[in-house]
Amino acid sequence: MAATGKKVMVTVRKAPHGSIYVQESIEVMFIFATYDMDLSVVFIDDGVLALQPGQDTKGLGIKGFMASLGALVDWEVTKVYVDRRSLKERNIAEDAVIAIGKDEDTDAPIRPQVLDSAEIAAMMAAQHSIVSF
Amino acid sequence: MLHTVNKSPFQNSALENCLRLAREGDVILLLEDGVYAAAAGTAKSSLVEQALKRHTVYAIEADVKARGLNNLIKEVHIASYADFVDLVEQHPVHAWL
Amino acid sequence: MKLSILVLEGPYNHEASDSAYNFIQAALAKGHTIRGIFFYDDGVYNATKLMDPPQDDRHIAKRWSELGATGVDMIVCVAAAKRRGITNEVLVPNVRISGLGQLASMIDECDRFVTFGD
Repeated sequence: MAATGKKVMVTVRKAPHGSIYVQESIEVMFIFATYDMDLSVVFIDDGVLALQPGQDTKGLGIKGFMASLGALVDWEVTKVYVDRRSLKERNIAEDAVIAIGKDEDTDAPIRPQVLDSAEIAAMMAAQHSIVSF
Repeated sequence: MLHTVNKSPFQNSALENCLRLAREGDVILLLEDGVYAAAAGTAKSSLVEQALKRHTVYAIEADVKARGLNNLIKEVHIASYADFVDLVEQHPVHAWL
Repeated sequence: MKLSILVLEGPYNHEASDSAYNFIQAALAKGHTIRGIFFYDDGVYNATKLMDPPQDDRHIAKRWSELGATGVDMIVCVAAAKRRGITNEVLVPNVRISGLGQLASMIDECDRFVTFGD
């Protein structure tokens, strides 16, 4: 679906599970994707930890949001980006980042696009509004 | 762009992270515990001192006064909430929470 | 300028609610319009009428309600509210519970959007 609305970005900068911000930001993403807005999502700083592979919240008794993250593309949240430096600082390999969907034809995992800080900054500057988590 | 920072730099890297992404000419507004970054002579003063080379930096007066900060880095502008509103009128905002 | 505001933290525990309120008052004093205020995450706690702070301190829910009485659209997110036990029964007047779609509309219909949180 071509996004014709205003450019709106959601930034996720907090680590998952220690607080609910990541989970509730994903609920925002799902709803926003159904509205006429040109939505981008950027994971920066501790937010990139939400994309760490192998998360398992069962032992905490917390439902978690990992299944939702894997469905972002299904829900039309396709412009998803992650900060290269934040990943590197936290020793997460770029190709290990959680998939946010699967390619319809090949079944290959779709991962968030890794961007340099300057690219993210430029993207931020182009937004109408930014929702910060 | 207007970048708002509300956390103390001693306890949180939000200001550092903000300054990494802020572009030349972007404006930084310190509010709530973020105003501690504007205090002179601290272990974290260099963050704002460096930032001032590329950005105008504001600190919300009510937050500065609440915290008893009477020795701020010289070039930091003291801002009222009305000034904050004017800045928002001029720039889209990213809140570095 | 038409402003939309997002409040992500509850009253008293964090300064976010106060900063948002003071910012909004300054904006109104300058003749700007508030398109809407959306309460999400713990921000939903701002609207409970069960709030009973000391008499000599600000009553955060009451002053949000008073702002709502002037016609400002004040919305508490239904999903976040349910999670935290904020229901219609405990809401202060002039604030309503609705969905995240209202946040999308507030953003679409504003000139500037500001987030207040922790």
